[in-house]
Amino acid sequence: MRSTPELDARGGLEKLATYPFHVLIWVGADGYPVNVAVEATIDPAAGVASFAVPAGLDLPAGGEISLTGSHIRPQPGYGYDQRRHVTVWGAVATDRPGSLTLTAERAWGWDEAEVPFFEYSERSIGQSRKYFDALSRERGTPVRPKLSLGFLTLRTTRLPFLTATIVPVALGILIAASDGAFDLLTAVLTVVGASFVQLAINVSNDVFDASQGADDANVTPTQFSGGSRVIQYGLVSFRQMAGLTVAFFAAAAAIGLVLMVLRGSPALLAIGVIGFVVGLGYTAPPLKLVYRGLGEIAVAVGFGPLMLLGAYVVQTRGALSWEPFVASVPIALLIALVLYVNEIPDRRGDARAGKRTLPVRFSPQVVVTGYRVATLAAYAVLLVGVVAGLLPIPALLMLLTVPLALRVERGLRPNYDNPYGLMAVMGVNIRLHLYAGLLLVAAYVLVLIAQAVAPGVPLFIGR
Amino acid sequence: MANLPEAVERLLEAALVGELTVVSPSGRPITYPLIPLYDGDKVYLTSSTLFSRKLEHIRANPRVALSITDPVATGRSDRATIQGDARIIDEDPHGGWERLLSTWEKKEPSIVTFLKARVALPLFFERALIEVTPRRVLYWSDGSAANAPETTTIEREAA
Repeated sequence: MRSTPELDARGGLEKLATYPFHVLIWVGADGYPVNVAVEATIDPAAGVASFAVPAGLDLPAGGEISLTGSHIRPQPGYGYDQRRHVTVWGAVATDRPGSLTLTAERAWGWDEAEVPFFEYSERSIGQSRKYFDALSRERGTPVRPKLSLGFLTLRTTRLPFLTATIVPVALGILIAASDGAFDLLTAVLTVVGASFVQLAINVSNDVFDASQGADDANVTPTQFSGGSRVIQYGLVSFRQMAGLTVAFFAAAAAIGLVLMVLRGSPALLAIGVIGFVVGLGYTAPPLKLVYRGLGEIAVAVGFGPLMLLGAYVVQTRGALSWEPFVASVPIALLIALVLYVNEIPDRRGDARAGKRTLPVRFSPQVVVTGYRVATLAAYAVLLVGVVAGLLPIPALLMLLTVPLALRVERGLRPNYDNPYGLMAVMGVNIRLHLYAGLLLVAAYVLVLIAQAVAPGVPLFIGR
Repeated sequence: MANLPEAVERLLEAALVGELTVVSPSGRPITYPLIPLYDGDKVYLTSSTLFSRKLEHIRANPRVALSITDPVATGRSDRATIQGDARIIDEDPHGGWERLLSTWEKKEPSIVTFLKARVALPLFFERALIEVTPRRVLYWSDGSAANAPETTTIEREAA
């Protein structure tokens, strides 16, 4: 993979012409390079650059020379920005006394306005791997890039994304509590077990994406998208990640078994089995749900109804009701939208790897419209749920997140092709899911408090 | 000590960026903009392993040149080119280069903030040092190649 875009000699000269001066470079007779600042006259159409012979220095007759342009903008107290440089190589000849002409043959350069620094870095990870491989061979022992254990754990497991699990699980437990069913031990075990499920999914996602080339093909990952990249960076081996996947799934299964023993029910068993199949099948063959454009539905089902109803039935010993299901729908839609928006910057790499996500399949207009429709549906379900008496009136607190949804919706189109501009939008979208979930959690805390201190106060319309 | 001309030392200290030229195995000069760091004796540059092709070239051929040419990056009109022998220091790519962090920070204060968030871009902070022992200095007091440079050969005391 090229780390910078292809640049031909004429393109190089066109760029070189934008610099106020140029560094003329050749290798001297003693083998040392010589750099001299000159002001060249550049004619890209003719493929040449002319400049005065530098005084007191001998250029090699007929040898290869280069001209480099380099620019930064100093930013006092910070450093600099607007990095760009270009080099054009070619043969030099004397065209008239005192003047030399370079006939351009090849060019190379980088402009961070064209290839952002993060993308340039991602495009260069093959070079880093090559360097570490050479160091390892030289020293006879593996040399790898490193991170502190804390940072490595954070990056490998994508720990901050656990909010996707904690929100629905907490909500399920609180709804059960408002129905009079609460057991602290199994509530804690549910939170821990569900967290292991998500950690297993996060890590297995990287394993299967790495094995299918999706993460390698993605050169515009962000802090919210593109996977953990610990395998691509050489921080953790593929084998270690596979081992971690097995360990997390085993821990989740062990806690699931304990919950089955303590609070087993056909509903819990069904939710557990479906959750395992959806979780592993998200990226793993043969299902590969996310590769078939079903990732959003899988995430909606998994981190909406399955998590919430799973937590609910542990507390109620298998009893189901419409209330937790209806409460899970806005959460399901909003978490699916987190994935949906995070897939936008990944779409070119995903397409190369055959990952047919919705942003890969549909035009930007359709994707943005899809976001609008899904958020409207989330709030519509909330309103209908409250009006129908299925959700408590305090659940309307979730409407406080409408401005966040509007910010995301308005930010999508202008940043659609700018992964790093989209990063802020993705951050707001993640907060939308988190805050909406926390406000529903707060609503049920209010319900529990009201039940304790003012049992007669009506909290549901029509009840 | 290197005994670089004082004006060149001042230029090195002022420069936010310089142009490091290395020589490829085919004999082609390849130039990379890098921040020059000067400790009063040798000139240092650092390179991430992400952009380590230059390090491979230096291992094969240590003869390099570093020019300070950009008046915007130095705030000065004079220019210099330092020719020298480069050595790669990469015993510990993770942290070995940090001994020059305070010198780097003087030129790019934000680097310390970025380093604290190295989890976001871990390979950028896997780095090697390029130590350049100066051999010859070309100095243009008015910055113009129309005038021949003042040339200083750097004599080094035997170790």
